[in-house]
Amino acid sequence: MRHPLLSCVVLLSALTIGSESLASSPAESADESAAFDQLLKLLAERRHDHVTFTEVQALAILDRPLRSSGELRYDAPDRLEKRTLEPRPEDLVLEHGTLSIERDHHRRSVSLRDFPQAVPYVESLRATLAGDRAALARYFTVQFSGTLGSWTLELTPTDAVVKRSVQRILITGESDRIRTVQIRQSDGDTSTLTIGREIGP
Amino acid sequence: MTRAGKTATLIWALGALLAAFIAARASYTADLSAFLPRRANETQHRLVELLREGPAAHLIIAAIGGTDAATRAAVSRQMALRLRADPAFLAVDNGEPAQLERDREFIFEHRYLLSPRVSAELFTAAGLHQAIGTALDVLASSAGPLVKPLFLGDPTLETLAIVESLGSSHAPHTAAGVWSSPDGARALLLAHTRASGADIDGQQAACVAFEQSFAAARAALPAAQRSALSFSMSGPPVLAVASRATIKSQVWRLSAVSATAIAALLMAVYRSLPVLLLTFVPVASGALAGVAAVALGFPAVHGITLGFGVTLIGESVDYAIYFFTQRSSEFRRAVWPTIRLGVLTSICGFAALLPSAFPGLSQLGLYSIAGLSAAALVTRFVLPAWLPRAVRMRDLTAAGGNFERLFVRLRAARGALLLVAILAATVLYLHRDALWSRELAALSPIRAADLQLDEELRAAAGAPDTGYIVVAAAAERDATLEAAEAVSARLTPLVDAGVIGGFDSPTRFLPSLAAQEARQRSLPPASVLRARLDEGLRGLPLTAARLEPFVSDVERARDGPLLHQADLAGSSLGLVVDTLLVRGSAGWSALLPVSAHDSPDLPAAAIAQVRSAVASASVGAELLDLKKEADRLYSGYLGEAVRLAIGGFIAIVLLLVVALRAPVRVARVVAPLALSVLTVAALFAALGHALTILHVVGMLLIVAVGSNYALFFDRAAMHPEEGSAPLTLASLVLANFATVIAFGVLACSSVPVLADLGATVAPGTLLALLFSAMLAPAVTRTAARAAVG
Repeated sequence: MRHPLLSCVVLLSALTIGSESLASSPAESADESAAFDQLLKLLAERRHDHVTFTEVQALAILDRPLRSSGELRYDAPDRLEKRTLEPRPEDLVLEHGTLSIERDHHRRSVSLRDFPQAVPYVESLRATLAGDRAALARYFTVQFSGTLGSWTLELTPTDAVVKRSVQRILITGESDRIRTVQIRQSDGDTSTLTIGREIGP
Repeated sequence: MTRAGKTATLIWALGALLAAFIAARASYTADLSAFLPRRANETQHRLVELLREGPAAHLIIAAIGGTDAATRAAVSRQMALRLRADPAFLAVDNGEPAQLERDREFIFEHRYLLSPRVSAELFTAAGLHQAIGTALDVLASSAGPLVKPLFLGDPTLETLAIVESLGSSHAPHTAAGVWSSPDGARALLLAHTRASGADIDGQQAACVAFEQSFAAARAALPAAQRSALSFSMSGPPVLAVASRATIKSQVWRLSAVSATAIAALLMAVYRSLPVLLLTFVPVASGALAGVAAVALGFPAVHGITLGFGVTLIGESVDYAIYFFTQRSSEFRRAVWPTIRLGVLTSICGFAALLPSAFPGLSQLGLYSIAGLSAAALVTRFVLPAWLPRAVRMRDLTAAGGNFERLFVRLRAARGALLLVAILAATVLYLHRDALWSRELAALSPIRAADLQLDEELRAAAGAPDTGYIVVAAAAERDATLEAAEAVSARLTPLVDAGVIGGFDSPTRFLPSLAAQEARQRSLPPASVLRARLDEGLRGLPLTAARLEPFVSDVERARDGPLLHQADLAGSSLGLVVDTLLVRGSAGWSALLPVSAHDSPDLPAAAIAQVRSAVASASVGAELLDLKKEADRLYSGYLGEAVRLAIGGFIAIVLLLVVALRAPVRVARVVAPLALSVLTVAALFAALGHALTILHVVGMLLIVAVGSNYALFFDRAAMHPEEGSAPLTLASLVLANFATVIAFGVLACSSVPVLADLGATVAPGTLLALLFSAMLAPAVTRTAARAAVG
C-alpha cells in the first residue's frame, strides 16, 4: 500500500512502449523484420499525439468488466499523460523519469529510481527513442508479426519481478497509428485499452 | 603549628572529605534541562516535556554511504536485524518490505476499529452501494492492481482510506529494497531509543549499539568494500551525547590549561614550589565545596556548572596571591579585611542569581558562593598555619614600584575615561535594537557541522523538524485520546480547505475505546449484512455471494477485542503512537504535529485558524509554536537575568555603603566597575556580537572580581600607613593576570556558554584594574611618598 504508484508506472510505461518503442526479435521473417524497422522509424518521427481512449478491464473477482475512458497525450521525447475522465477522474503524468498522479485534488510524485522494477519499461522507451535495440532486448522478448499496415507486437518481460505482475503486453496498430494495448496480468486478468479519435495538437 | 592552626586544618580535612564524598555520589547531566525552567506556566511545562519526550527526542537517523546500493542495503538489513533485538530501541525501521507488509496487515486486520468512516450509515444498503461503487472506480483506476487482492474482504476499501489518511507524511525513497536518501547515495535507518531525552547515559548506550551494529555488519564484508563504506548518524540523542562529551572534554581541558598557565605564571613570580602548591589549596577546596553545594541543592550537577569551575580558579586564586604577595605578617590586620569585603561583594552579586528560574544560573550562583567562601576561609585560617617557617618568597616591591609609576602616568590620562564612557554609551545606544540575542539556539553547545549533518539526514529521511504541535492533555490515557479525536475532527476541515498541509495523531492507530466501541456497534450481524448487500449491489458488476469474505470479516470484528496500546508494541505503527502519546508528570498528552503546505513555516493566518479550530473543540488542547515558545522562554530568562544582575549590583553598592560609610569612596569603587561593564558591552555591540544571558553573568563577574581591585585601591588611599603600596599593586596585577588567563582560556572554548563568559570577563577584569588604578586618588600620594622616601 505504501507505493500505490508502482502499478501505475508499470501500466503507463507499457503504454509508452506501445506507442513509441518497439524493438526487433529473432523469430521474424525477413519481410517482418523490414516492416518492423520501418515501423520504428515512423513512430520515432511522430513528435506529438493527443487521442481519446476507452479501457475495459476483465477481472476474475467481478461478474462484469469495468470500463473507464479519457485522453492520452504524448510529447517527444519523454512525456506521456494518461488523463482518465470517467468514472473517476485521475491524471497520471510520466515526465523526465518522474511519475506523478493527481486524484481528488492531491498530486503525488515518485522518482522511477525508487522503483527499479519499473525501470525496464522506461529504459526501453529511452533506448528505443535513441535507436538502441540492445538496451530494449535486455528487458523484453519482442515479437513482431503482420505487416506495416496491420501489425501486432508481443512484449514479454524478462525481468522476474515484472513477470510476477505482468505476463505479456499485446499491441496492435496500423502503420504509425496504435489501435489497442492489451495487458495480460499474471493472474489472468486483462485490461484492454482502445485508442479512439484524435483530438488535435 | 598553633592550636588554632591545628583546629583549622582538622576542620578543613573533614570538610574536604565530606565534600569529596558528596561530589562523588552526585549525578551529572549535560542535557537541555539546564536551559529549561523550573517554575513554568502550563504551556512552558508542556514545551519542556515535548523537548524531552516528544516525537523527535528519541529519533536517531543513520546513513550508510559508499560502495553500491546492494551492499548498503545488505548492511542496512544486517544492522536492523541486530538493533531490533536490542532492548535499547523501541523500534528500528529501514523500509524493508517485510516491515511494511506487517504494518499493512495490521491495518487490514483492524480496519473496522481504525477507520473513521465506519458508521451505521456506511452499512446501510444505500451506504454500501455508494462505498462499493466508489471502490469499483478505484479498481478501474491505476491503483486497481493494488487494491484488487483486498477487494473481496474489504469492498469499501477501508484499508486504503486509513493508509491514505496518513497522507502528507513523506516516506523516504527506496533503493535496493531499503530506505535511501533522495539521491540514492546513502541507505537510511531510523530508530527510536527507549531512553528518555534526559537520560543521556541511556542515549549514549543506544548510540554505541548503533556504531557496533555498523562495525559488525561491515566486518562481514570483503576487505575491498569495507574501506569504501561510511557511516554517519544524527538526531537529538546523538547530539545530546555529543554535546555532553564536548562539555566534559572542554571542562577538563580548559581547567587543565588554565591551571597550568596560572601555575607557570606564579612559579615565574614566586620561584617557590611550596608556595605555588599552597596557592592551589584554596582553589581546589573552593571547587570541591562548590560542586558539593550544588550536588546538595539540585537534583543533578550540570556539566556547564563544572565549566564555571574554571571561572572559580580565576577568582579564588587571587586570595592566595594577595596572601603570599602582600606581607603575610600583616595579612590578618591589613589584607584580610579588604579580601573579606571583596568576598562579601562577590557573594552579594552571586546571591542575586540564586532565585533565577534558569537552573543553569542558580547553579552557578550557588557554586560560586560556596566556592568563594571556602577559598577565602581556607586562605584566612588554613594557609597561615601551613606556611613553612623559612619560606623564601621573592620580594615584589621593585616590580610593584614599576607598576606604581606606570599607573601614575596613566592617571594623568584619567580625563579620557569620560570620553570612553561617552563613546561606550553612544555605541550601546546606536545598537540598542540588536544588542540582545533572543534565540535559545545561541546557548546550544552543538557544533555547526553536527547541526548541518542533522538537517541533511532529516531532509533525506523526510523527517523535518516539526515546529507546530497541537497538544491535547487529560489525566487518563483514554480521555486524552478522546480529546485528540475531538481536535482531529476540527482540524480535518482545515486540511480539506488547504489551510494546513496535514496533521498527525496517535488516534490514527489507537482510537479511543469509545470511538472503537461506537464503530463496533455500527457493524451489522452477518444475516443483516447479506440482505443489505443483496439490495446495495443492484446495478453493480458483482453479486453478494462473492463478498462472503467481507461478511465474515465484519462478523469477526463485531465480537473481536478492542485495540489497546500494548497490541501495537514492536510495530512501526506502535512507534508512531508511542511518540505521539506521551505520559507526563501531570497526566497524558497527545501530540498532533501540524504541517504546512510545502514549507516549514505556517503562515500567521493559518496559525490563527488552527488556534480557533483547537479552541472550538472545547477540550484541554492548545497549539504550541515550538521555536517561538522556546525563544520566548529564553527571552524571559534573559530579562530575568538582567533584572537579577542589576539587583546584585545594587546589593553590592548597598554593602559598600554600609562598609565604607562614605558616598565618595563608594562612588570611587563603583565607577571603574560600571565603566568596565559599559565598555565591554559596547565592544561586543561594536563587533556585532549579540549579547546572551552568559554575557550578563560575565558582567556580574566583572563587578565581583573587579570590586577586589577597587577596594584595595580604596584601602591604599584611606590607610596609606597599612601595608605596602607597591606590594599591593604587584599582587593586584598578578591576580589580574591570573584571572585574565583563566577567562581567556575559557573564551577559546567551543561551547558557546563558556566562550561568552570568558570573552566578557577576561577584558572586563583587565579594564576594571586599569580604570580602578586611574580613578584611585591616593596612589599618587603614596607614590610620591615612595619616590621621596
